[in-house]
Amino acid sequence: MTPSAEAILDRSDGLRRQVGDHFRDRMVSDLYDSARRVAARSVRESGSGKWELDQRIDRLVTSRWLGLPLMALLLGAVFWITILGANVPSQLLANAFFAVEAAAAGWFESLGAPWWLTGLVWHGVFRGLAWVVSVMLPPMAIFFPVFTILEDLGYLPRVAFNLDWLFRKAGAHGKQALTMAMGFGCNAAGVTATRIIDSPRERLLAILTNNFVPCNGRFPTLIMLAVIFVAASFPPAVASAAAAGAVLGVVLLGVGFTLAVSWALSRSVLSGEASAFTLELPPYRRPSVLRILYTSLIDRTVFVLGRAILTAAPAGAVIWILANVDAGGVSLASRAIELLRPLGEAIGLDGVILLAYVIAIPANEIVVPTMLMCYLGGSMMMDITTYDEIRTVLVDEHGWTLLTAVNLMLFSLLHNPCATTILTIWKETRSLRWTGVGALMPLAIAFAACLVTAQGVHLLL
Amino acid sequence: MSVNDCEACPARSQLAQMGINIAGCDHVVALAGNPNTGKSSVFNALTGLRQHVGNWTGKTVTRAEGAFGFGGKRYKLVDLPGTYSLLSASQDEEISRDFLLFGQPDCTVVVTDATALERNLNLVLQVLEITDRAVVCVNLMDEAQRKGIEIDVRSLARDLGVPAVPTVARSKLGMAELVSTVAAVIAGDIRTSPLRVETTGDVREAIGDLVPLIEEFAPGLPNARWIALRLLDGDHKVREALVSGELAGLAQRQRGAASGSAR
Repeated sequence: MTPSAEAILDRSDGLRRQVGDHFRDRMVSDLYDSARRVAARSVRESGSGKWELDQRIDRLVTSRWLGLPLMALLLGAVFWITILGANVPSQLLANAFFAVEAAAAGWFESLGAPWWLTGLVWHGVFRGLAWVVSVMLPPMAIFFPVFTILEDLGYLPRVAFNLDWLFRKAGAHGKQALTMAMGFGCNAAGVTATRIIDSPRERLLAILTNNFVPCNGRFPTLIMLAVIFVAASFPPAVASAAAAGAVLGVVLLGVGFTLAVSWALSRSVLSGEASAFTLELPPYRRPSVLRILYTSLIDRTVFVLGRAILTAAPAGAVIWILANVDAGGVSLASRAIELLRPLGEAIGLDGVILLAYVIAIPANEIVVPTMLMCYLGGSMMMDITTYDEIRTVLVDEHGWTLLTAVNLMLFSLLHNPCATTILTIWKETRSLRWTGVGALMPLAIAFAACLVTAQGVHLLL
Repeated sequence: MSVNDCEACPARSQLAQMGINIAGCDHVVALAGNPNTGKSSVFNALTGLRQHVGNWTGKTVTRAEGAFGFGGKRYKLVDLPGTYSLLSASQDEEISRDFLLFGQPDCTVVVTDATALERNLNLVLQVLEITDRAVVCVNLMDEAQRKGIEIDVRSLARDLGVPAVPTVARSKLGMAELVSTVAAVIAGDIRTSPLRVETTGDVREAIGDLVPLIEEFAPGLPNARWIALRLLDGDHKVREALVSGELAGLAQRQRGAASGSAR
């Protein structure tokens, strides 16, 4: 007679009790023995130079004292190269786009198109696209290939190795350093990457804190602010280095927040021990240049830019409509900005910036373009294309200070994840509660951090 | 079994990369392996896709699918997350294990790192417990050579009881042989008899007790021994599959496939 499923389970449970707790250990050691026997017969090793060179480099880049500073230096260098290289092409692109906008709008008018159509298409949708492409494309086209070279070399696992003890001290899993590194590319990808962490508690920590490293949607924002405000306060010779330093500082602050929030969570709602794991340091490999160019330019740059364009076009239309539809003699945009102003000013920002963040919830990439469109609205738009001119307008006409720039960088680093990331958190946790925490906790922290710096500065001055 | 070079020799068929066009495939091939062994490179070399390849552990956490054609047949290739084992409860390992067990690929390619073969064999042996239609791809042969490591691929294949193919996926070396070997295993031209991990003492007795029951319950199951091991380890997924009848269904499909190919 065929045995039933229940009978098999009963039998196996009985046998499990007989064999006892050491079953897993026995099974694994039998497995290792077999593997060793097979390998012993088919593998022959003789020493070699390359291996030793790898190990010598590893001793340096993962050394106790030099490991972390070297890491910061490398990251700083990547930002410096990006800022140095992106400045001029950004301005060229902006010039070209706005020339097109002016010409096309004129052409529409000459054809007798209604004013609202010309406005919506060219001063709304097209201008949104123009800002996104000119602000984002050059930094991305430089940043991604350089970052991918580091990844291809095999440097990322060394980063995880260097940071492991910090994460363990914070009560989190060492692999969180890897998912955090993924977050630099895209927070949604970083959240998905937490699947490599098998403890649910530590995985949740990694998911909830992934947002604190700036994704490449937010890098252009940080880089632009650093260029406009930080670099401008330094002599030209060191301006780029100062801007790179500022971006590096923000990134390190983000890592600090990741650790601090992990620590706080693992001491409160998510308490438990950090679990051990083995981390493999892969051999250094010569990066293959063509593939790097392909993956970083096609897969990443075009992908991110495409997403930004998809959200920027409707956002451009929304802004134009807000700015041009009146309610009681005042445009909707002005009303929204007035409404948000007290809250914005309390945290060292203003109404326009908060409005830009609300409009940019679908994708963080478009915060700066949205902001600029609100500020530069209907006015003498065409004259403003260089970073210097943008700075003059923001400072002279809209009362920006260094505090505004610093707080905007802080807010950009810490605020809520974009809609895609929030959706990914929901998919990975299947919990409304944790999705809510993942979205609102960073927002609360961003408000708190900006409030503290703004009020601190007010007290001091 | 034989991994005679002549038999594994490609019938001069050309590999046709088919990208993500996975509709109407004749066979399903799974791609398993430790992290950072060049699994994604193999995937890209076969499908012509350009999935992002990273030099670090844990890059692929989801399943990627692509297709290639060879010898007039279409093959769907499923890239599984890289894992060190199939024993733990982490999600990447579960995805791999579930696909090998319930997805029933027609052949599984286990990509291994030639510079760390012993550690990689731990996973190979676990895969061979689940499926007997497998090909071991010994990748990164160039790195092994640089490090002064020599691999006797023939001896490896003989010991494992499944074909082993040396490759350098980054430079697409050995891909044609890999594909023709996979095709031959699926067609039954290469017979495999995978090495099963030797167990000892009471574990061995417990398995000996359980396996006949499972085989009687679900005749034709190629991995009754592995099911027994999982039950003894208290694997909930496998327990559920046993009770829900999913396991018996798998066995039935397997029998159907066997009679189909014997025709």
